[in-house]
Amino acid sequence: MSMMNYEHKYRVRGGTLVGGDLFDFWAGPFYVGFFGVTTMFFTIIGVALILWAASLGPTWNIWRISIAPPDLSYGLAFAPLREGGLWQLITVCAIGAFVSWDLRMIEIARKLGMGLHTPIAYACAITAYITLEVIRPVLMGAWGNAFPYGIISHLDWVSNVGYQYLQFHYNPAHMIAVTFFFTTTFVLAMHGGAILSALNPPEGEPVKGGGHEDAFFRDLMVYSIGPLGIHRLGWFCAINAGLWSALCILLSGPFWTRGWPEWWSWWLNLPFWK
Amino acid sequence: MLENPSGFGPGPKPQFGIEYQNLFNRVQIDGVLDRGPPLAEGNENRGKMRFSWLLGLIGNNQLGPFYLGPLGIAAFVCGFIAFEIIGLNMFASVGWDPVQFVRQLPWLGLQPPAPSYGLHIPPLAEGGWWLMAGFFLTLAIMLWWVRVYRRARALGMGTHIAWAFASAIWLYLVDGFLRPVLMGSWSEAVPFGIFPHLDWTASISIRYGNLYYNPFHMLSIVFLYGSALLFAMHGGTILATGRYWAEREVELAVDRGTAVERGSLFWRWVMGFNATFESIHRWAIWFAILCTLTGGIGILLTGTVVDNWYLWGVKHGIAPAYPRVYAPITDPGYLRGVTGSTSLVAPTGAVHP
Repeated sequence: MSMMNYEHKYRVRGGTLVGGDLFDFWAGPFYVGFFGVTTMFFTIIGVALILWAASLGPTWNIWRISIAPPDLSYGLAFAPLREGGLWQLITVCAIGAFVSWDLRMIEIARKLGMGLHTPIAYACAITAYITLEVIRPVLMGAWGNAFPYGIISHLDWVSNVGYQYLQFHYNPAHMIAVTFFFTTTFVLAMHGGAILSALNPPEGEPVKGGGHEDAFFRDLMVYSIGPLGIHRLGWFCAINAGLWSALCILLSGPFWTRGWPEWWSWWLNLPFWK
Repeated sequence: MLENPSGFGPGPKPQFGIEYQNLFNRVQIDGVLDRGPPLAEGNENRGKMRFSWLLGLIGNNQLGPFYLGPLGIAAFVCGFIAFEIIGLNMFASVGWDPVQFVRQLPWLGLQPPAPSYGLHIPPLAEGGWWLMAGFFLTLAIMLWWVRVYRRARALGMGTHIAWAFASAIWLYLVDGFLRPVLMGSWSEAVPFGIFPHLDWTASISIRYGNLYYNPFHMLSIVFLYGSALLFAMHGGTILATGRYWAEREVELAVDRGTAVERGSLFWRWVMGFNATFESIHRWAIWFAILCTLTGGIGILLTGTVVDNWYLWGVKHGIAPAYPRVYAPITDPGYLRGVTGSTSLVAPTGAVHP
């Protein structure tokens, strides 16, 4: 069955944001809820539109399929379906599905008496997506500035947009975002490793606990942030990786149109060097 | 324990206000500092310790005790030598002008030898210092690795962190040593310096035909983003169930409590699947390990096995075709290759095949 042996007592009614008890049920292991229904609605339509748009293209090769936004000449207007209109509808469905999923996470968190940390973190990822596909194109005046839906074509977009600003690594917000990504991965390795090394000691040793985790990091590098703090740090770094990524692309175009290496000339021209 | 944790039906309702979101410590421990469990025989004593109120806002408020030991000292000495070589070379490159040193610091670098030196040892000023800094930095990292391994063993713990660290060292060695050796030239290695290492990153991608088409680069990015995703999910789950003492992960992994049940059911209900309190940390360490492991493979193949990742992608049918928006332009480099002409000016009307 799809129920864990302790699951029954947690399957209580309530916690919904809208719809009362109407959709307050489970399907297999999945909770449904009003936002489960809207998630399915947007997902089914969105995937169908992706398949339709792909069928209009030259290939079914999964790597080469690309569904492009409207040409820049359409500005912020609606485009004919075959000219990027499908991309527009897919984007609406994607945002609808992502936001529905997040609201469903909030309902489930409320039902289980949990905090809202995971839906908040996911909201930051959605923010990054909306920044790329809606906010920046709107600020720049054309949907054509958004990225296309395709495995390799979206990489080409990242590459091309990066070179429009000469050397994107000089974008200070990009630097911060990359630093957060690397730090998150680094800290994740340390945390995962700490728990596993406490749980899986050498042959004949008893399983260790929080005291040993703290002692290990204090011995190694002076400070152990501790079993609760590490999750604050990881959650904070992960969220910031997404938010600074959103910021670094939002700056590029709407707020800075030249090469990013040039941006640093303010530092070289500070008055106190003279 | 809350009587009515979910807050539905009769009984006291929990609050969902900001104070329950568990972002800061509201209480800090005061009293006897924790010296930690005894170390295995043959280890030295630990150093001093003290409280830090500021650190206590988000995590433990105890600093130290630190274990230095001979390996730690050796690693610090080697790291210091590398740091000094790099810093003094940068300082020298601005004519020992302290103002210009600070002003130009992000641009300053210590470059590897020129291609003409191949794998030979060049004079100090022409890459020798780079070689020496790399040697001492590598030594420092290796000594630190042994230290990570031995600190775990001295506490009777597994050596998982050391092996994750080894994966990061693999990428470091590929970038700065293994790939240059395979390419037969130190000049292929990464320079030291803030902007210089970013320039290296951009230029290796351009020189070898767009690194985004490198499948191992793709995997590495997947694991990098995946690590952020996992930590957002895992960190968020633990914080969100903090009021049920979810942070005692090892205890809960061997003896499940309501925090585990709620955290597990949350993901089960959201996406039909949940990890356990132990397995989530296996997902975590593997995603982090695979990020640098696949990244290292990708860089090692670049220029050694594959000369142009874009053309590799074309060959293997992954490069998309785009509608032609602009009039055809002849790539002058391509034209030169075909005709033998040295002119960089494309003849008008020339059409790319």
